[in-house]
Amino acid sequence: MKYIEAFRDPALASGLASAIAAATDPSRTYRFMEFCGGHTHAIARYGIEDLLPQNVRMIHGPGCPVCVLPVGRVDVAVGLATQNDLILCTYADLMRVPGTRFQSLIKARAQQADVRMVYSILDALKIAQDNPTRQVVFFAIGFETTTPPTAAAIMRARALGLKNFSVHCNHVLTPPAMRAILGTYSDLGVPDVALDGFVGPAHVSAIIGTYPYEEFASVYKKPVVIAGFEPLDVMQSILQLIVQSNDGRAEVENEYTRAVNPEGNAKAQAIVTEVFEVRSSFGWRGLGEIPQSALKIRGEFSDYDAELRFSVDVPEARENKACECGDVLRGKTSPSQCKLFGDPCTPDNPMGACMVSSEGACAAQWTYGRFRQLGVREQAT
Amino acid sequence: MSILGKSRLARPLDIANGRVDMSHGAGGRTMIQLIGELFLSAFDNEFLRREHDAAIFQLPPGRVVMSTDSFVVTPTFFPGGNIGSLAVHGTVNDLAMGGGVPQYLTAGFILEEGLPLAELATIVESMADAARDAGVAIVTGDTKVVEKGHGDGIYINTSGVGVVPDGIEIGGERALPGDLVLVNGTLGDHGVAVMSKRENMSFSTQILSDSQALNDLVQAMLSAVPGVRVLRDPTRGGLGATLNEIANQSGVGIELDEAQIPVRTEVKSACELLGLDPLFVANEGKLIAICPPENAENLLAIMRTHRKGKSAAIIGRVLEDSRCFVRMKTQIGGTRMVDWMAGEQLPRIC
Repeated sequence: MKYIEAFRDPALASGLASAIAAATDPSRTYRFMEFCGGHTHAIARYGIEDLLPQNVRMIHGPGCPVCVLPVGRVDVAVGLATQNDLILCTYADLMRVPGTRFQSLIKARAQQADVRMVYSILDALKIAQDNPTRQVVFFAIGFETTTPPTAAAIMRARALGLKNFSVHCNHVLTPPAMRAILGTYSDLGVPDVALDGFVGPAHVSAIIGTYPYEEFASVYKKPVVIAGFEPLDVMQSILQLIVQSNDGRAEVENEYTRAVNPEGNAKAQAIVTEVFEVRSSFGWRGLGEIPQSALKIRGEFSDYDAELRFSVDVPEARENKACECGDVLRGKTSPSQCKLFGDPCTPDNPMGACMVSSEGACAAQWTYGRFRQLGVREQAT
Repeated sequence: MSILGKSRLARPLDIANGRVDMSHGAGGRTMIQLIGELFLSAFDNEFLRREHDAAIFQLPPGRVVMSTDSFVVTPTFFPGGNIGSLAVHGTVNDLAMGGGVPQYLTAGFILEEGLPLAELATIVESMADAARDAGVAIVTGDTKVVEKGHGDGIYINTSGVGVVPDGIEIGGERALPGDLVLVNGTLGDHGVAVMSKRENMSFSTQILSDSQALNDLVQAMLSAVPGVRVLRDPTRGGLGATLNEIANQSGVGIELDEAQIPVRTEVKSACELLGLDPLFVANEGKLIAICPPENAENLLAIMRTHRKGKSAAIIGRVLEDSRCFVRMKTQIGGTRMVDWMAGEQLPRIC
């Protein structure tokens, strides 16, 4: 625990804030994207923006697992739970994400579907062992961090000879999404989202290491500083990004050395490669189809692939047209610029995924930061 | 001879091995036996001994305060208490938060067929102990049995009445800009203790629920500072929800200082692990007090000398804010809102 307190130390935070202010060149602006929802959450929860100069702007990235899941995939989760007599297990954040016509897993559960929130995929395995006569599906979402546990669970299910357990795989990959953000240009040939660098993922990098980010430094000339999720980590990485920007450098730096090494976690990478292969393409909310940006279960493990085991009728996927989650996820617009922000879209009445997850940029802005805005109408409570 | 005082059935209740069955709620002799041997013997008092369906009593002078609460906590036994003690503390505290001196409680039980009588006996004993400690009498009650699968072992409802002495005016709408916000101790203990015993949780902790009756602490506080304006126990939804309620009722804003809010290290750790915010985790033995600034130091001193307020602290102040926002100065020096919680953080912790 002291470990956590140490990275929230008020005196060190104040020192870092002064260092950032001193390093900032007042004649320019700095636009950094924190890719991860975990960083978005930390920035909002600790009020880090209050400690940054006006000309240092943080752009929220797409690294929120449930936010990038397209509506059609949410519909599949709901369909799986409602159209088959099975137990659908998933992580809590997905429960309230609205699909087409605002159907969600939590509503499906209220309509008698057997949907269970689990903290770990191992809990889903246990549910399968405890309910041998019922099919149990784990609806797997997440970036590289949550993928190794899914791989391990599939291998364990095979070792146990479990016939009633399968995984619906929606795991996605970080580097292709970063590439998609940097590689999108307007009709006039200017970058869709102007960025001066990335606060690089924390837990994702613990798995994949630092090498996969080199191309963003060398090809796209954007500095990347991998940072932990504690407030001092985030502030230190912002300072390093400012210094790199001032120096005209673009390098991958690792602030989170207590968890991330350049090679990443070889064992985790090995089991992921054993169980999964890269999909040729995957649709992301906000970013659209991105080639080679997601994983699917390899043929050798197809017995555990819920996509093959169950058929689901889903409605034609329809997103709320006014919802700007897509632009928010690309960093093109900020949450409070969305017309729905606060009225009617709130965490209690989410119109889009970014308002659901605690890692979503809209939820973070609404829950922790809306006092900064004038004119936001408080919802009746 | 009383029909309840001594069983007319040949054999006494088999508390060690028996289970609740449908006959225990059917109105026949078996029900009478359950009530007599279990409830009456544990809660024994002059009102119950009269064996009426209703208790008849005289209240001391003052305004009457009344409250009711239902308890569905799962699991029913948790570190530091069980559903029985919780059911007494919950209603006693609701009465005390109105500035009242709790006097009498009722107890309604909904039992699920199959509940071991030994568990029921333990729960009832805990209720009796909790009531004795809080100085209240359980004066009437009710028992129903539902079929297996239609309940979760046991649900308890308690209602209570008390008396508010003249000169005490407590209400959630009374907070004024400039007032200070106090809490009597560490936050989140109950929620984390209950959570740690959930079947799908595999963390062990030394944390005990803080479930306790607060009427004696409230008496001490109000005797010293009758000008206390708001008292509230931050149960479901924790400190965050309770302060938002008060801010809205009073039409004010509240600013907290994170560094001053007492939270146990173990609770912080568990919350980190589970992705929870201790400000939204339930408490069952904590209170928030809001008083004029000139009384705050005195009130804090009184609280700290009381056994149930040793870790009391001044954690924030009331501001003018027509938007009724609750904000917090974070420990690193930023500011954030402490908003209502969306959805559920911990299902059924009380």
